[in-house]
Amino acid sequence: MNHLLSWIIWLPIIGMVAIAFVPRDKSELIKQIAAAVSGIQLLLAIYLWQIFDASNGTFQFMERAEWIPSFNITYILGVDGLSLPMVFLMALIGFIGVFVSWNINKAVKGYFSLFLLLNTGVMGVFLALDFFLFYIFWEVMLLPMYFLIGMWGGPQREYAAIKFFIYTLAGSVLMLIAILALYFTCGNTFDMLVLMETAPTALNGMLWWGMSAIKVIWVLLFIGFAIKVPVFPFHTWLPLAHVEAPTAISVILAGVLLKLGVYGILRINYTMLPDGVFWFAGALAVLGLINVIWGAMCALAQKDLKKLVAYSSVNHMGYTLLGMAAVIAAAGMNGDNLISAQAGVGGAVFQMFNHGTISAMLFILVGVIYDRAHHRDIEGFGGLASQMPVYTAFVAVAFFAGLGLPGFSGFVSEAMIFIGAFPIFKTIVIISTLGILLNAAYFLWAFQRMFFGPANEKYNDLPEINKRELFTVIPLAVITLILGVYPRPFLDLVAATLNVLIESVVSFGGLAAASM
Amino acid sequence: MSNLNSLTHFWPELILTVTVLVAIIADLIYRKEDSFKVAWWVLGGLALTLFAVRMSGGALSGLFMGTIAMDPFANFFKVLVLISTTFVILMSFDSADLKGYRVGEYFSILAIMAFGLFLMASAIDVIMVYLAIEIVSIMSFFLAGYLKKNQSSNEASLKYVIYGAFSSGIMLYGLSLLFGLTGTTKFFEMREAIAQLGPDANLALILSAVFILVGFGYKISAVPFHFWTPDVYEGSPTTITAYLSVAPKAAGFAMLIRFFNQVFGDGAPLGSDAWTALNNVPWPQLVAVLAAATMTVGNLVAIQQSSVKRMLAYSSIAHAGYMMMALPLMTQSGVYGIMIYLLMYLFMNLGAFYVVIYVQGKIGGESFDDYNGLGWRMPFVAGVMTLFMVALTGLPPTAGFIGKFYIFAAVIEAGSQYYWLAFVGVVNSVISLYYYIRVVKHMYLSGDRSDSISMPTSNLTTVILIALAIPTFVFGWYFSDVADWIHNSLVIFQGM
Repeated sequence: MNHLLSWIIWLPIIGMVAIAFVPRDKSELIKQIAAAVSGIQLLLAIYLWQIFDASNGTFQFMERAEWIPSFNITYILGVDGLSLPMVFLMALIGFIGVFVSWNINKAVKGYFSLFLLLNTGVMGVFLALDFFLFYIFWEVMLLPMYFLIGMWGGPQREYAAIKFFIYTLAGSVLMLIAILALYFTCGNTFDMLVLMETAPTALNGMLWWGMSAIKVIWVLLFIGFAIKVPVFPFHTWLPLAHVEAPTAISVILAGVLLKLGVYGILRINYTMLPDGVFWFAGALAVLGLINVIWGAMCALAQKDLKKLVAYSSVNHMGYTLLGMAAVIAAAGMNGDNLISAQAGVGGAVFQMFNHGTISAMLFILVGVIYDRAHHRDIEGFGGLASQMPVYTAFVAVAFFAGLGLPGFSGFVSEAMIFIGAFPIFKTIVIISTLGILLNAAYFLWAFQRMFFGPANEKYNDLPEINKRELFTVIPLAVITLILGVYPRPFLDLVAATLNVLIESVVSFGGLAAASM
Repeated sequence: MSNLNSLTHFWPELILTVTVLVAIIADLIYRKEDSFKVAWWVLGGLALTLFAVRMSGGALSGLFMGTIAMDPFANFFKVLVLISTTFVILMSFDSADLKGYRVGEYFSILAIMAFGLFLMASAIDVIMVYLAIEIVSIMSFFLAGYLKKNQSSNEASLKYVIYGAFSSGIMLYGLSLLFGLTGTTKFFEMREAIAQLGPDANLALILSAVFILVGFGYKISAVPFHFWTPDVYEGSPTTITAYLSVAPKAAGFAMLIRFFNQVFGDGAPLGSDAWTALNNVPWPQLVAVLAAATMTVGNLVAIQQSSVKRMLAYSSIAHAGYMMMALPLMTQSGVYGIMIYLLMYLFMNLGAFYVVIYVQGKIGGESFDDYNGLGWRMPFVAGVMTLFMVALTGLPPTAGFIGKFYIFAAVIEAGSQYYWLAFVGVVNSVISLYYYIRVVKHMYLSGDRSDSISMPTSNLTTVILIALAIPTFVFGWYFSDVADWIHNSLVIFQGM
């Protein structure tokens, strides 16, 4: 099929237009359209996975069209081993998200229109290979997110929504400066493929107010992406946005949107500013460590289950930063340790995907209990295991996956990250394994308080998790379990691309380090 | 070119003059309650003028003994003036302010103002510069005070008169200094004379440039010459506020660019370094600081407003600041960015003001609280307003982003010494998000949530809103043709 990537991106918009013509009182039909569109999108993503050539580390299914020739803006799409898992993840979470949102009954038309628009924005970011296009998709996500949190969220929704909006906009305008600076210094082009070739050398030795241009652009881009990840200290919007957002939006936010930041760093900072990678790797590892420990400590202190899960995201995204930093192990000065770099970066990408499935599962399950009990206070439950046994079983799966128990996919990726990062960042890795311990502590402690002990009489009649909710959780649990036991398919999928990435970082990087 | 010969090239302005006369006569014929019909005559005249502007191609040598230039650059601004005048006239039909007034004059004054703006965009002689500015200013005083029974409208007019008279006095003084130094009133002859001046004339030259800058700064409401803006904008009929925030600002930029490029610049086509005559003063840095101050002050004060109209007034100061960012180097891409920004700004700002006019007419207020629940009561109007707010913030995929994109691109292209300015600019964009999105918040997140549409919109309203919303949205992702058109308009008439 030609234009497969365009179809994946623009399908939700078609659904949005279709929804626009449905009368507002036919909410069932609106939901069905949203489900159908996301379903087709998921099938296309699976099809894309099937025909994708994993042994080829370059971009595939490229699309290229003239757009604004006077400013060298082109419509370029392409997929590689880094973006494919993210596309699949978004399609999956987007499809599941429709069913998680099934009991939305307030302004259904608006909700699903915005939901689909968000989907297009995210897909666009993962597939765009023109910087201008990338930026447009990046910003298109903001407005739907603002409305989805602000209109369908919890009691503090207005504050949470504006905080999210301002934080992310602040990050992305810095990115805009960096994009324009790259445009004018690297040959007047927004074509990311060209920039990946020209930028690493074009910026060498360039000084701006006494600072290396590479460092300036790196920092501008990094802040933009770090806010999305979120990297400490830019993480304060996240717990608030998560807690106030409706369940499905928390699922998308944690499941996919946080990955955009890491994806951006790998796709742009790593390929275009390889020298910056060497300069920043240590800081990246330290930031990762802070995220791990800080996130875990905060999670430990929470009484609200959703906030606990939100902070666990801060913790989990910390591991990816640590893994990414390990790329420099492959450099000559660090002993040509290609295996470490592969394990670290591969682990980071795998961790992104795993966090996508696991945190989505966690948020769905938080939503399930919130819909029934209308609160999320961990202390307010007790002995739920006897009242909702099936639900308890799924929460157990999700919690164990979250704390990185062997047998679940999270364990594999975290182990890879530690193995990869250990040769270079020994102390940091040793301290961050403490995070694993803290992980176990907050998850198990919360589990114990909610599900064991004396049963809370109030909740004796709580209905068991229903079929629709099971339908949303089971696919995620299955993926987590399969990849936990047999991660090969995923790792094979990304390996070729990541080798190209590592190769390019190492071959360019460090050359100009002296002149920086 | 002699005066009589010039007339044969002066079609757009001649048609406008006839339009004014027709409007005045029509106003005598219609009864008071029918006086809105004058608008259709004026609109017809504007359409003919637009046609005449589009027909006149190429750069012509100085008309009327070298006082007026007819070039693509002027034509671009004439088109902007015509579009905004047309929309403002259409918007006046919904204006609650104008109810109960005889409005024939109002429309003819608008047409005279358009004529003055045409002259501003094409003047190449300092006498003509002053005449054009005064035509526009005096018409603005009338229009700002048009609501004679309304105290704040009177106040607006009076303040405007005082500020206007003062600043044009200062400007006139600057122009007279320049005349004394050079012995001529024509831009090109001035430049040549300046080149011959010795270093002892520097002080006078700098003083005159500063004084002239004050006059232009007043016209585009740049900080610190902006103090008239909020009160005048608030007191005037909202239609006039919308007009003042767009058309005179555009013409002011046109005049400023032309004047500084041709008098103090090196006379080369747009693109090389300007300001060469004044190179012992850090002009670019000075203008950059003014730009940064303009957008920051505009934004910080806009945050504190409780009236949407006043918020838009202050934010228009901020927008002038964004445009001024591209001025310091007078590079081709800078001027290009300003022109693109003005075009995009025209649609989104007129749209936002139109919604204010409409809401004022239906709900009777213009404070943020009057917008509560608008998303449920008037879904279409609120949806379009959201688009305008997002565009004014500068988020893609809207026209506002493209405008900012070109401005920032020009600043970044100018080199790393201006990165701080770009940084101030983007920080200001983020600040502006706060107050623009506040309107959206009031429309959708606050107030009663009822699914009923209680206030349907009229046909004319729908047409105007769509006509403003389509460019605001479409130019956000398809602007290739517009960019080419503006690029071709970058030709400033050079030499005699």
